[in-house]
Amino acid sequence: MVEITTAIRFILNDEEITLTDLKPETTLLDWLRLERRLRGSKEGCAEGDCGACTVLVGRLMDDEIIYDSVTACIRFVGSLHGTHVVTIEHLRGKDGALHPVQQAMVDHHGSQCGFCTPGFVMSLYGLWMRDPQPGQRAIEKALQGNLCRCTGYAPIIRAGKAISTYGQPQGDPLWAERIALKNKITAITDGRRVEIGGQIIVPATLDDFAQVYEANPGATIVAGSTDVGLWVTKFMRSIGPVIFIGHLPELRRIEEHEGALRFYAGVSYSEALPLLTRHFPHMAELWNRIAGEQIRNMGTIGGNIANGSPIGDTPPPFIALGARLHLRCGEQRREIDLEDYFLAYGKQDRQPGEFVEAVTIPHLPVGDKFAVYKISKRREEDISALCGAFRVSLDEAGVVSAVRIAFGGMAATPKRAATVEAALIGQPWNLDTVDAAMALFAQDYQPISDMRASAEYRLLTAQNLLKRFYLETIGEAQRLKREVA
Amino acid sequence: MNKHQAPIVLASLHTPVRHDSGPKHVAGSAEYIDDMIEPAGTMHAYLALSTRPHAEIVSIDFQTVESAPGVIGVLTADDIPGENDVSPSHKHDEPIFARGKVHFWGQPLFAVIAETRDQARRAAHLARVEYRDLPFVTTVRDAQAAGRKLVTEPLKLERGEVEAGLAAAPRRVKGSIEIGGQDHFYLEGQIAMAVPGEDEDVTVYSSTQHPSEVQLMVAQVLGIRHHAVTINVRRMGGGFGGKETQGNLFAAVAALAAKKWNRTCKIRPDRDDDMTATGKRHDFVVDYDVGYDDTGKIHAVDAVYGARAGFSSDLSGPVTDRALFHADNAYWYPAVRVRSEPLYTNTVSNTAFRGFGGPQGMLAAERWIEDIAYALGKDPLDIRKANFYGTDTDNITPYHQPVEDNIIHRVVEELETSSDYQARRRAILEYNAGSPILKKGIALTPVKFGISFTATWYNQAGALVHVYKDGSIHLSHGGTEMGQGLYIKVAQVVADAFGVGLDVVKIMATTTGKVPNTSATAASSGSDLNGMAAADAARQIKERLLKHAARVHGVSESEASWVQGGVQTQAGFIPFAELAASAYLNRVQLSAAGFYETPKIHWDRATGRGHPFYYFAYGAAASEVTIDTLTGEYTVDRVDILHDVGKSLNPAIDIGQIEGGFIQGMGWLTTEELWWDTKGQLRTKAPSTYKIPLASDTPPIFNVRLAEWSTNKEPTIGRSKAVGEPPLMLAMSVVEALSMAVASVADYKIAPGLNTPVTPERVLMGCERLKREARG
Repeated sequence: MVEITTAIRFILNDEEITLTDLKPETTLLDWLRLERRLRGSKEGCAEGDCGACTVLVGRLMDDEIIYDSVTACIRFVGSLHGTHVVTIEHLRGKDGALHPVQQAMVDHHGSQCGFCTPGFVMSLYGLWMRDPQPGQRAIEKALQGNLCRCTGYAPIIRAGKAISTYGQPQGDPLWAERIALKNKITAITDGRRVEIGGQIIVPATLDDFAQVYEANPGATIVAGSTDVGLWVTKFMRSIGPVIFIGHLPELRRIEEHEGALRFYAGVSYSEALPLLTRHFPHMAELWNRIAGEQIRNMGTIGGNIANGSPIGDTPPPFIALGARLHLRCGEQRREIDLEDYFLAYGKQDRQPGEFVEAVTIPHLPVGDKFAVYKISKRREEDISALCGAFRVSLDEAGVVSAVRIAFGGMAATPKRAATVEAALIGQPWNLDTVDAAMALFAQDYQPISDMRASAEYRLLTAQNLLKRFYLETIGEAQRLKREVA
Repeated sequence: MNKHQAPIVLASLHTPVRHDSGPKHVAGSAEYIDDMIEPAGTMHAYLALSTRPHAEIVSIDFQTVESAPGVIGVLTADDIPGENDVSPSHKHDEPIFARGKVHFWGQPLFAVIAETRDQARRAAHLARVEYRDLPFVTTVRDAQAAGRKLVTEPLKLERGEVEAGLAAAPRRVKGSIEIGGQDHFYLEGQIAMAVPGEDEDVTVYSSTQHPSEVQLMVAQVLGIRHHAVTINVRRMGGGFGGKETQGNLFAAVAALAAKKWNRTCKIRPDRDDDMTATGKRHDFVVDYDVGYDDTGKIHAVDAVYGARAGFSSDLSGPVTDRALFHADNAYWYPAVRVRSEPLYTNTVSNTAFRGFGGPQGMLAAERWIEDIAYALGKDPLDIRKANFYGTDTDNITPYHQPVEDNIIHRVVEELETSSDYQARRRAILEYNAGSPILKKGIALTPVKFGISFTATWYNQAGALVHVYKDGSIHLSHGGTEMGQGLYIKVAQVVADAFGVGLDVVKIMATTTGKVPNTSATAASSGSDLNGMAAADAARQIKERLLKHAARVHGVSESEASWVQGGVQTQAGFIPFAELAASAYLNRVQLSAAGFYETPKIHWDRATGRGHPFYYFAYGAAASEVTIDTLTGEYTVDRVDILHDVGKSLNPAIDIGQIEGGFIQGMGWLTTEELWWDTKGQLRTKAPSTYKIPLASDTPPIFNVRLAEWSTNKEPTIGRSKAVGEPPLMLAMSVVEALSMAVASVADYKIAPGLNTPVTPERVLMGCERLKREARG
């Protein structure tokens, strides 16, 4: 039985915070602005899409503090136990001098109305600490989750490129004080479970989580809060009791198994990127187009699967690759094909007290062709109108021996194109086969029209993606690509 | 007095000075209304919105609302001591709270006042409202089919023999273009905080571009006189026209509650409610009939501009007027007739948005240019050039004002060269011939934009300048700061006038108590009007100080002159601060109110004739794109811009306006789609569903230059030109470039006729249609 404490503890800028009276729905942004009167972080959307509230949250990982940019509007204070929260107010020097990031922004005319600016500064700050001399693409990626309506971004990008001429991360207070900060965080994360009023539960370990959730199957599990955050800010739902799991290192493991890669459920998109793209280079484009940097830092692979959304971007490629899902209830574990997890809209194969513990992605066999496509109105930081993944195996004669096609955004769940697959199998991999199969998408999918795309466009694009996939496999179609210097 | 020589103080006018609030923006210490520390006892208001597009309100049950935690009370139409109306057109068609009927999904029904914003927001959703549904229309076409009910008087502009011109033209094109609206997506949403005072007084902090109108509205709803109402605005977190009239309602609700309960009241809707309940750029459908000849020269234009006005007039009259004023863009129409239809629809009442109807008018003009080009098999740029206004002849607009400052030929010619347009176009044609899936397009489009409010009386401004006895300067004017750099530009004007450094000039928050009866900071006019008014105030003080300096040195006034840092006479130099101190001791008035009215302009709407614009601003852009013909996705690869701001007051600020305006325009025309569902509810109402451009949407090659040789022919402030709106329309080049890429799938023989926004879906469907038609 683990010990229990009744306080959420973290460091805010240079102050140690202890909270014993806290609601599970309290967001970091509201707490900063209303309780602490720190009003440099702004509310632009309260749904994690505009980045005006961006702060850095530092957490201990492999004995180092890793600072992630996050959107404070949908991050719950209850999830901050054992972290270091850095807000815009912390950047200026004690003498009032602007930080290198701030000075670069001022000198390059990077602000006009200024409302989004603190968020941009924080995103650039996070980037500069890990990449002091970023190229254009790195800057754009770091700013995917920040909206500016005035500048057209050009001066902000120029500022981003120039920061290193104003200072180096080694001169930054966060660097200088990292040992002391680490010691403080280590002292906070003392192996005890946190419980506040039966509404906030921060389990001590993965096993502790399994036990707590089995005992409280009605609790809401919150990892990155990129979905649950909106239940609160947009729909004003009460979510307690909540079990926060984003801090559990065991759930952030990535394991390289023989012939497969296993992601534990709490691995964020950002954390998954390096290994994922090493094993599945075709996934890089998709991965970098999922949400913005802050959301990729918060959102987890497990969450994207567990919530059962028909427009999640990870299920289509994972299903096409034949992923297996690991579910756990208490000490009981079971394993299913990922595609079987999605039963119907809003309904998944998950029992009370059971949670997604991990997903295993088999490596692509040599010779297999694979591609995934995300189609959205805006190229980056947008929810998919549709997302399709294709994988074929060809035999020596060039005949399709195996095929898996899965789409999101085309049905009430992520779903395979069974009829199309059947029409491809056993056929030579050529344009005639593909043309014949394209027409069959209408049998597999009856998509809806909504604000993201019409049913007609969805169906036509799904068909065309098969053609695109075929042409790419024979080297006859280039991908649209943003070419930056 | 010192006898030394004048010190060198760098002139600040025409230099790239940084935004005055820059250091505060980056530090998070620039204060927006929601950042102000609220007075003790501050209440919070939240609006309850209708969930029907058109219905009679049968009943509203407030019981659960009033008993919700923290609720202080409910504010309804019955609580309004004055008039339940905030119509900026004074047509009394825009109630604060709906009475009897709701006209759009999201119309305010009542407000909840509570101890916290969260409590007010939760309670606002608890009312039980019973409706009786009525038929509704949400689109221009539906409104036209349903009888063309208008919210305000339409306009017609006519010149020449249109029927004869059309009939005689060797060629004819009839068509239509659907142009989508746009949400402002200012990052700071609508907000107001009202502080009650003694007697009838109330002070409102409002995020508004138009403090004097907020003052009027607050007075109107409270039934009090304007002098009891003070409106303050230090800065907005973006405006773009969305805070020209749309802040009225929020300020009025906050003031009503503040006076009713005698406590400060703040109101801030969340993003979804802001986007649902406040007006946007007008969607248009333009139906046209154009006669032209084999050279591509236009002979006659006849067009109708239907606009989704929403349920009330708001600014739809002037917006649709400005669409007609820009039906010509930069083109000479020998005969022309254009008519507006500001249509009643069951949607939020549309409003001002950067360009104010002008962009829609110009986009239609570019559309028939494109139709002509594809019909003749020519580069659309050749058709554009063939139809440009002349400099001395062929230069009369559809509203009978001659274009007297035409520089479009030079602007386009220089851009064509600097962007290497011709060679790149050839290369693209070659690329497309060898690329079956990806296709490229390039287009160069012009902009000519008329500067002045078409409501002639709006073209006035006031300023108030104080010089304190330590030589520091306090500057107030009627303009508001929404990020566009107006404050710094006017401060540059004043610092330059007195020959002092910018640090000497303190820029004050805009308040109706300092400068009365101001116009909206809109129509790109901010620095034209307020810069001149501030210069007028400075001039008055300078004259008095010069007279005083001459007296001190015992010389005649003609022997004294202003130099950098003070006044120089034959007897020596008096630094500004010393002069101020000495003037005070000698009882010289060190404060002045300045005033400016734009000369030359007049406009008779009834006859459609006049001289509504003081001058025109010009520009041109060349854009290159790549599309994927299998998915419709695209990238904007390169943009070159040459833009005319006259003699720039501040090149850094102006470049910022051009870059930002272009990207905002590109968003309007590409990914920003407003989508209503079949129940009449707007479903793109947050950044998760409404997609404004990102950093990664900016063209990787983005060359923006000012036409440095340009100077305003009219004696504007520093011979500069307005810059707020015109650059937005440079983004038309992206639409035209996408059109070319789409046209390539049918060998450029069919005009793609893309409606906007040109989403990936529209690109793909355009490709499909052209392929179908090419196959016959």
